[in-house]
Amino acid sequence: MAPDQTPLVEMRNIFVSFGGVHAVEDATVDLYPGEVVGLVGGNGAGKSTMMKVLSGAYRPDSGEIYVDGKLATIHNPRDAKALGIETIYQTLALADNVDAPANLFLGREILTRWGTLDDIAMEAATRKVMGRLNPLFKGFKTPVKALSGGQRQTVAIARAIHFNARILIMDEPTAALGPAETAQVRDLIKQLKKEGIGIFLISHEIRDVFDLADRITVMKTARMVGTVNKDDVNEDEVLGMIIGGTLPKTAPVTNAYVEAHP
Amino acid sequence: MVEAATAQQRRDARFGFFQTFMRATEIDTRLLGMIIALAVIWVGFHFQSGGVFLTPRNLWNLSVQTSTVAVMATGMVLVIVSRNIDLSVGSLMGFLGMVMGAVQARFIPLPEYLGLGFDQPYTWIVTLAVGMALGAAIGALHGTIIAFFEIPAFIVTLGGLLIWRGAAWWVASGQTIAPLDSTFQLLGGGAHGSIGATMSWIVGGLICVGIIATIISGRSQRRRFQFPLRPLWAEFVLVGVGCAAVLGAVAVVNSYPWPVGIARRYAEANNIPWPEGGLIIPTGIAIPVLIAIGVAMVMTFIANRTRFGRYVFALGGNPEAAELGGINTRWVIVKIFIVMGILCAISAAIATARLNASTNALGVLTELYVIAAAVIGGSSFAGGIGTVPGAILGALIMQSLQSGMVLMRIDAPMQNIVVGIVLVLAVGLDTIYRRRAT
Repeated sequence: MAPDQTPLVEMRNIFVSFGGVHAVEDATVDLYPGEVVGLVGGNGAGKSTMMKVLSGAYRPDSGEIYVDGKLATIHNPRDAKALGIETIYQTLALADNVDAPANLFLGREILTRWGTLDDIAMEAATRKVMGRLNPLFKGFKTPVKALSGGQRQTVAIARAIHFNARILIMDEPTAALGPAETAQVRDLIKQLKKEGIGIFLISHEIRDVFDLADRITVMKTARMVGTVNKDDVNEDEVLGMIIGGTLPKTAPVTNAYVEAHP
Repeated sequence: MVEAATAQQRRDARFGFFQTFMRATEIDTRLLGMIIALAVIWVGFHFQSGGVFLTPRNLWNLSVQTSTVAVMATGMVLVIVSRNIDLSVGSLMGFLGMVMGAVQARFIPLPEYLGLGFDQPYTWIVTLAVGMALGAAIGALHGTIIAFFEIPAFIVTLGGLLIWRGAAWWVASGQTIAPLDSTFQLLGGGAHGSIGATMSWIVGGLICVGIIATIISGRSQRRRFQFPLRPLWAEFVLVGVGCAAVLGAVAVVNSYPWPVGIARRYAEANNIPWPEGGLIIPTGIAIPVLIAIGVAMVMTFIANRTRFGRYVFALGGNPEAAELGGINTRWVIVKIFIVMGILCAISAAIATARLNASTNALGVLTELYVIAAAVIGGSSFAGGIGTVPGAILGALIMQSLQSGMVLMRIDAPMQNIVVGIVLVLAVGLDTIYRRRAT
């Protein structure tokens, strides 16, 4: 990344605790336009919590978030969406009992000039965006409960990209998918990257992260282990960071936590 | 597009006539099942009761009796869809009925209060406005406690059930307030509280025009975005069946004449000579039924066509998803209970007007009938599922059972047993049906 560029997002010194347990302790990450940052770590490392702070689902105890270099206030998911931050949650966060268009536009419905729901326009827009992601998709009128795992995932992805996201958070986007659909999601990530969208990718699959990410940020027990350029490290070194918290011997590592707590 | 159409036809050919018909008309199979169940109940009671069930008089009475529960059941759908419950509606109805009685028969007319005299032209509307405003305020209170203090709706409204029943007593220290304002009484139906033959035909005609307009606008909307259209014959079937049902219902209530006593008094008051075969004045649609129809249309619109309605369903389906979608779920819940409170006031007005008296026992156990109507009508306590027309049909089924058993002279304890069994059976069948469907 060009060092003179302003980061799309900077999360600085984020603290989150739930009833005295620290879920995130003084974590700092940044993301540049057209970049994929892989966020990895074991269960309970704090990566999902960190991203939920950015998407407005959790409010941090302290810390700052900068979007385009400006201090941003994100109190709820609406604030985040207004800043162009979209999230694909691991649980997908779909309302199972309503159809794909209703889910796509949940909270951002298209209204007619009389202020009523314009279901037809929403269905048309849904057909358009779904056509791009999955041309075979047909269940526009069925509750999403009746769709397959892959189709549901596509609905969740469609919801995130339809509203011109600039920052995309993907929490385990391929966990529920078969090989063909996984390949599709990978292609999509590469395409979105070309469009200049910044992507935080949370994944258990080290292979996925190596394939897609430009930089890799490792968290362990609520703290940052460090951030490395993908090209500087191999898989074993990253695994060492995840499991043992040991830093690679040769690759340069940035770590605000270590710098702040010598 | 052409290939898709032929594929569709090939698939249709494999299914029988029934599936083709259901797919083309897009009729909800559940709703159709309920209509069939209702038809079976009606025909069964007709023969069991010696031919008195399917008479204009009984059906007219049935329509009036159903309206109180039907009005509240439409609101209960939203409450249940959002994974809540409201046990207080019967008590709240009793309390609001007492307040509305006190406003119209004491507070407005009596000299020790406002002293404006009885039977003023504005009395009924002021009374109704006070009732609805108070209902909305109490609903807002319930909703706020449930949404913001996160006390379960079951507990809050169980408290409400006790509190508002007690409050109903306090309004007039347990006295019954009667008689009520002469205009207000019309809200309860009866010969005078019905709109007569001509107006009934006009209302029926307007509803038919509405049905046709809905179908046409739906068709042109779908064409605008080049979506597949329903086959033309299916549209005609829908219009035909809908209009026939509406006009048939009007014909039935119009063939119910005023009771002889009322007609005779009317003839005497207007100096009409009493004819040989008696004076036949068609009753027509009762005003409470008209109110219930209006409420049903408004509530269907709210549930299906507004953002609020969409949020109620989304929040019932997955509260977390609704929250992450940026929906202010707490405020949605407060609004649901406000709507419920207003509907309680409307039902209270109908019920007190029909009795021509406000009593503090009004609406005892009604909450259970309202909940049963919504649940028989397909609302699921798991949340996210329910329809307003279903709840109306549910109310009609409950009332038909009760009315039919009265006609068959089945005693009250047995009636309760039957209604209880039907409730469990209906929900049981529905659960099995849903498990198969998915």
